[in-house]
Amino acid sequence: MTSTPKVADIGTDYAQRYGFHDPEEYFLRSPKGLSHEVVEAISRLKKEPEWMREFRHKALDIFLAKPMPAWGDTQMLSEINFDEITYFVRATEKQGETWDEVPENIKRTFDRLGIPEAERKFLSGVSAQYESEVVYHSVKEELTKQGVIFLDMDSGLREHEAFVREYFATVIPAADNKFSALNSAVWSGGSFIYVPKNIEVTIPLQAYFRINAERMGQFERTLIIADEGSKVHYIEGCTAPVYSTNSLHSAVVELIAKRGARIRYTTIQNWSNNIYNLVTKRAVAWEDAVVEWVDGNLGSKLTMKYPAIFLKGERAHGEVLSIAFAGPGQHQDAGAKAVHLAPNTTSKITSKSISKGTGRATYRGLVKVRKGATGCKTSVQCDALLIGEAARTDTYPTMEIAEDQVRVEHEARISKLGDEQLFYLRSRGLTDDQARLMIVNGFIEPFVKELPMEYAVELNRLIELEMEGSVG
Amino acid sequence: MSHSAKPVFSCTDVHVWIAEKEVVKGVDLAVSAGEIHAIMGPNGSGKSTLANALMGHPAYTLEGTVELSGEDVTSLSPDEKARRGMFLAFQYPVAVPGVTVASFLRAAVAAVRGTEVPVREFRKELLARMEDLEMDPAFAGRYLNDGFSGGEKKRLEILQLLMLKPRFALLDETDSGLDIDALKVVAEGIKAAASQDVGMVLVTHYQRLLNYVRPHVVHVFMDGRIVRTGGPELALELEERGYDWLETPATAGGA
Repeated sequence: MTSTPKVADIGTDYAQRYGFHDPEEYFLRSPKGLSHEVVEAISRLKKEPEWMREFRHKALDIFLAKPMPAWGDTQMLSEINFDEITYFVRATEKQGETWDEVPENIKRTFDRLGIPEAERKFLSGVSAQYESEVVYHSVKEELTKQGVIFLDMDSGLREHEAFVREYFATVIPAADNKFSALNSAVWSGGSFIYVPKNIEVTIPLQAYFRINAERMGQFERTLIIADEGSKVHYIEGCTAPVYSTNSLHSAVVELIAKRGARIRYTTIQNWSNNIYNLVTKRAVAWEDAVVEWVDGNLGSKLTMKYPAIFLKGERAHGEVLSIAFAGPGQHQDAGAKAVHLAPNTTSKITSKSISKGTGRATYRGLVKVRKGATGCKTSVQCDALLIGEAARTDTYPTMEIAEDQVRVEHEARISKLGDEQLFYLRSRGLTDDQARLMIVNGFIEPFVKELPMEYAVELNRLIELEMEGSVG
Repeated sequence: MSHSAKPVFSCTDVHVWIAEKEVVKGVDLAVSAGEIHAIMGPNGSGKSTLANALMGHPAYTLEGTVELSGEDVTSLSPDEKARRGMFLAFQYPVAVPGVTVASFLRAAVAAVRGTEVPVREFRKELLARMEDLEMDPAFAGRYLNDGFSGGEKKRLEILQLLMLKPRFALLDETDSGLDIDALKVVAEGIKAAASQDVGMVLVTHYQRLLNYVRPHVVHVFMDGRIVRTGGPELALELEERGYDWLETPATAGGA
């Protein structure tokens, strides 16, 4: 095998070249580094169908052939050492870490957030199981009655193969970008959801309900299909810091909203600050469908994430509402894409970022209107808040409008957490810390009010922790 | 002073610098409980700077002594002063988007009183004070000063005065930008505070507010100094004659 295969070579017989024939060769934790052997082993271990195995191998070749992105934080990206990463760990093996190995600052944050003991161990990778079985059981019964499928992706593939095959990677092909290719090669875990026609799932579905540790995987793969007229809200992540010794997280999330369907996908992520969080999220919205991404990014070393909506059916509507908090040493490079491919489609992008200390927040967005997509409306609003002299923010809003009959609004605001605001609040008895926190909480209020109550409360507490001792 | 006892507020030989420039050049004041003083002066005389510096604005350097009820608070931060019963109604109140008037006031009340007020009790009190000031209850749910008209901002300052119940309040140009109805309401609020023994200094350019609130003492402020102190009749005299007849001590060859 050449170290960097040409894209033209992709698709040759992987089984023959790299296949394992002896089940004894399976492993529970792959060796460090990425190779066709690793990919083969993952697929075999999971007893996947031939097409998925092929898909993974092709994806690996694409990954190896594609250069690193030449945009974004190229400096930080260049520091990723792909050979030092473990690409697959079986759930049961995740108990390898011990509580003592979890960094002090993470433990402290658990304390301050009041995270229960069992959940702390789970979140820090010490335990593979989190005891939410009781909650999950009643939810599951209700869903089954409605014909809703809610499984982890691996089980989805096993139990609904034809279904998965029809939709998997149709929204985000492996070749979309280097990291979607990586995910396609080594994915594990994530959610598979199907909501039948005209079914409204009343409670938000949370990966949290599922009890295995795969939901915390590094290379999650989520696929949600909302059939015509159905409605579903999915919540991913939690506000507690997720600690992992593995430094790369690269998920792929695909949403399909069929005619008149409605999907809201809420994410709150708070990675420990050694993690690269490079995620591809994209939705397709058909006629009269509505897709909303509500995306909160805290922590991590570098996050690059631009939830996208392809508005393919007439009158489809897409919204992206996001916040990013870049603390010292962190770079949140986040944004949104709205691609208007059908007439009378509408989109709204609201992006808020906070940079503190040497933190850096970048808004990177694309709004595209195809020729013939008349009567479209789109609005983009970016608000950045800077705390301290060293904080940085950049905005890269790209607009490609090929049609005259559209309404485009764009507004970008940068504000500094200023002396006048602080003086005003302090003259009312609030301490410097209280005043700063109040200003920041006010800034993210439009985001917080879209969250379910318990998440809103947790997020506010988390921001409070992030803001401590933040004298700019 | 017309009132007895120890002053709730006093300052002695206060000088204020903005960067290298001396803007306030030696001010003495003593205000007793329930007493209303007016500081009147032309634009640019340094009245607002004095008010902000006394509260502890970080951009100003203050020299001299500031006391609240006999306690030296000169070097305390604005929040510490507020918690000791000092209040400044801003000439230009600052917007804090995303923070509702109610949640801001609840936090401020808790900070100043040093104890949380139960939600129900707080709400009742807030709505009662808002009614006093003829404010729509929906106002409590709006974001702090965000998109407020000038009059709404000033009313909110007075609402804060009534909710925070300071011992001493500085009101910086609270009458500017008000129509006649709003001015009357604001004046009622000021009188209500004074009747509860709040000592007050009204910093103003115009006589207008003083038609509704009768001050006990009037100071004329020019070029960083109090150049004359008198009773309410002094305000009327200023109204008639303007400021020109009063020469500053500096130009008169003082100091």
